[in-house]
Amino acid sequence: MSQIPLEHILLLSAVLFCLGLLAVITKRHAVVVLMGVELIFNAANLNLVAFSRYDPSLLQGQLFSLFVIVVAAAEAAVALAIVLRVYQHFKTANLNEIATIDK
Amino acid sequence: MLFYIFAALAILSGGYMVLTRNLLYAGFSLLVTLLSIAGIYVLLFADFIAVTQLMVYVGGVLVLILFGIMLSSRVHNQSVLSESVNKGWGVLISLLTLCGLGYTILKANFAGLSWLQNADTEILGAQKSTVQSIGIKLMTDFVLPFEIASLLLLIALMGAAYIATDNQKV
Repeated sequence: MSQIPLEHILLLSAVLFCLGLLAVITKRHAVVVLMGVELIFNAANLNLVAFSRYDPSLLQGQLFSLFVIVVAAAEAAVALAIVLRVYQHFKTANLNEIATIDK
Repeated sequence: MLFYIFAALAILSGGYMVLTRNLLYAGFSLLVTLLSIAGIYVLLFADFIAVTQLMVYVGGVLVLILFGIMLSSRVHNQSVLSESVNKGWGVLISLLTLCGLGYTILKANFAGLSWLQNADTEILGAQKSTVQSIGIKLMTDFVLPFEIASLLLLIALMGAAYIATDNQKV
C-alpha cells in the first residue's frame, strides 16, 4: 500500500541486515552463521520487493527476489551438507576449532 | 498499522536470534522473522513472493537448518548452546553499518526520483494478483535466468546429496 513510506521499509531492511551481520560475526556455531546469512538474504529481498512496488507493470524487483530465493535455497542445502561433513570429520561445528586443513 | 507490527516482530525475533545462546531457540526465532517478512511482502503487493517465501524458507530452508542444528550438536551429552566471540567488534561493526545505512536512507531524496514519481498509483492494474504477470514474465523476458536457476537447483541437489553421503560406508 502506498501509505507505507519507502524509508521505513528500507530502515527495517537495514536493521535486519545488521542483525544478520552481527550473527555472522559473533557466532561460533556454523549453523547460526548460516542463519545470519539467510537474514541478510531476506533483508536484500525486502529492498527489492519494496522498490518493485513502483514498477507494477514490469515487476523486475519481484522476479529478481524470486531468483535470490532460489539461489539462497541452493546455498543453504549445499552449506548444510558441508557443515554435516565437517561435523562428522572434526566432531564439532565450532568455527574456531576448525582451523586445520588436514587431521 | 499492520506493517509496523510485522516490522517490530521481525526485528525483535531477529534480535533474539542473535542474543540467545540456545541454537533451537535461534532457529525458531528465525522462523518468526521469516513469517513476518512474508507478511510484509503481502502488504507490499507481492503475493507470489510471499507464498514462495513461506514455502521455500519456512517450509524448506528452516527445516534444513533445524535438521542441521540437531545433527551437528551433541544433544545427548551436552545442551545445544553456542558461544559468542568478537562481541565488541561485532557490535561495533554492525552499529557502524547500521548508522551508515540509516544515514544514507534518511539523507536520500526518494521523493525526487522521477521514476518513483511517475509510478502508477494503481498498483496492480486490472488484475489483482501478480501471479499471472510473473508467470508470463518468467516464460518470456526471464526465461534464461529461469532455466539457469533450474540447472543450479539440479547441481545443488546432486552436490548436496553427494557431499552429505558417507563415502566410507557406500
